[in-house]
Amino acid sequence: MTMRAPDSDLPIVLEDVRYGVRDLIIIDGMSLMLTPGAPTVLIGPNGSGKTTLLRLMMGLIEPTSGRVTWGGRTHVPPARRAIVFQRPVMLRRSVAANIHYALAAAGIGRHQHAERARDLLEQAGLSALAERPARRLSGGEQQRLALARGLARDPQVLFLDEPTASLDPAATKAIEDVVRAVSARGIKVVMSTHDLGEARRLAGDIVFIHRGRVIESAPAAEFFAHPKTDDARRFVAGELLV
Amino acid sequence: MQEKLMHADTSALDLVLSADPALMEIVRLSLLVSLGAVVAAAVIGFPLGAVIALTRYPGREASIVVLNALMGLPPVVVGLAVYLLLSRSGPLGTWGLLFTPAAMVIAQTILVTPIIAALARQTIEDLWTEYREELAAMNVGPIGRVATLLWDARFSLLTALLAGFGRAAAEVGAVIIVGGNIDGFTRTMTTAIALETSKGDLPLAIGLGMVLIAIVIIVNALAWGVRRAGERLAG
Ligand SMILES: Nc1ncnc2c1ncn2[C@@H]1O[C@H](COP(=O)(O)OP(=O)(O)O)[C@@H](O)[C@H]1O
Ligand SMILES: [Mg+2]
Repeated sequence: MTMRAPDSDLPIVLEDVRYGVRDLIIIDGMSLMLTPGAPTVLIGPNGSGKTTLLRLMMGLIEPTSGRVTWGGRTHVPPARRAIVFQRPVMLRRSVAANIHYALAAAGIGRHQHAERARDLLEQAGLSALAERPARRLSGGEQQRLALARGLARDPQVLFLDEPTASLDPAATKAIEDVVRAVSARGIKVVMSTHDLGEARRLAGDIVFIHRGRVIESAPAAEFFAHPKTDDARRFVAGELLV
Repeated sequence: MQEKLMHADTSALDLVLSADPALMEIVRLSLLVSLGAVVAAAVIGFPLGAVIALTRYPGREASIVVLNALMGLPPVVVGLAVYLLLSRSGPLGTWGLLFTPAAMVIAQTILVTPIIAALARQTIEDLWTEYREELAAMNVGPIGRVATLLWDARFSLLTALLAGFGRAAAEVGAVIIVGGNIDGFTRTMTTAIALETSKGDLPLAIGLGMVLIAIVIIVNALAWGVRRAGERLAG
């Protein structure tokens, strides 16, 4: 008798994935493999397809053609994956109630909620705001609450869509610190950004996309030191890609 | 004339302040009928609104337009329709409900259901547009989604109930046709005002008018309070 390995969502594999809306092709034949390890950072100009790629990998939308597999399986519900949207939706409840909701949605037993909620709030630096209506929080606080809500299900993979866009340096640092801590705990982080500084600070691997295609995919050090393609070189040099 | 009106005013106030038994009975029946109608309309209207908001089917747009239009149903027409249904020779004539409070509850339920269903539909659909992806990402199933939407929309849904109650309490056309304005049995504030005014008994009509306006103000104050509480608690 063989022991069956516990089901894992990793690796996440995209095989020639296309995604379009009516005539518009948004993801134009991407093949990718995401394995456990340091954060994978998706970079690329606005409109290159980062958000759409994250939604495909989260399983929120289905490819028009090609397929996405999680640990070799298709159509795996997002029980062990979490996503923080660029503009997270705050449930019309208190900060603490948002966390409790996420814990319940993750199927975590009620008797554990109080302790888990306390830890998550602490980790997100929101303990003092627990009873505030979530929708009254600042942008940075909302991002941290969304992050805590995502972590509530103890995910294997955490997707973040430009989590620090439009945040000031202090709020950005708070988010990046949580991301580093989460990654150090062995959670696979996959995040998009169009901030090259952030990509340098956090990335283990870089996936550079442009116009719905993967232009380059490489370890971060290698990508920034020796971009192989012209587009990547220009993007790294800070030129405007259109 | 001036003097007669002044006199009517003071005796109307006396009736209200002394909690005149005949007046109180009319107020009690009015409230019971309208409350009954709102409860029945909520039982039908909330699920109906939720289903229209959350499902896709052919003719959906048209059904939304119809539902919104039904919010403005003329009470006398509803009264007439229910009258025809419940009259001796009507399809439901054997139930013997015509000219009873039950008939009045039925007629007002028909008036109020579209209001509650249409407001619930709008509220739930707007919230769903906002929550959809986030709930999908949290792996929330269909029942959990509906529960979440209803809970997070609770303040707006409560406002819809109050709007329905306001409409029921203030209408006269439907209840006068199917209730018949029978003294001590189916006489409500609005039907009594209509009758007493035409008879020239102004004190009772004015007294009831004052009570009715007070109720409308209270209902609106409640709606306002609910809105404020919602903003404070839910943001
Ligand atoms: N549902 C949709 N319908 C139409 N166009 C879309 C849709 N989703 C994304 N797009 C378009 O696809 C392109 C890529 O979008 P997105 O994935 O959001 O890029 P990024 O996150 O890199 O800015 C954009 O031009 C966007 O307008
Ligand atoms: Mg985006």
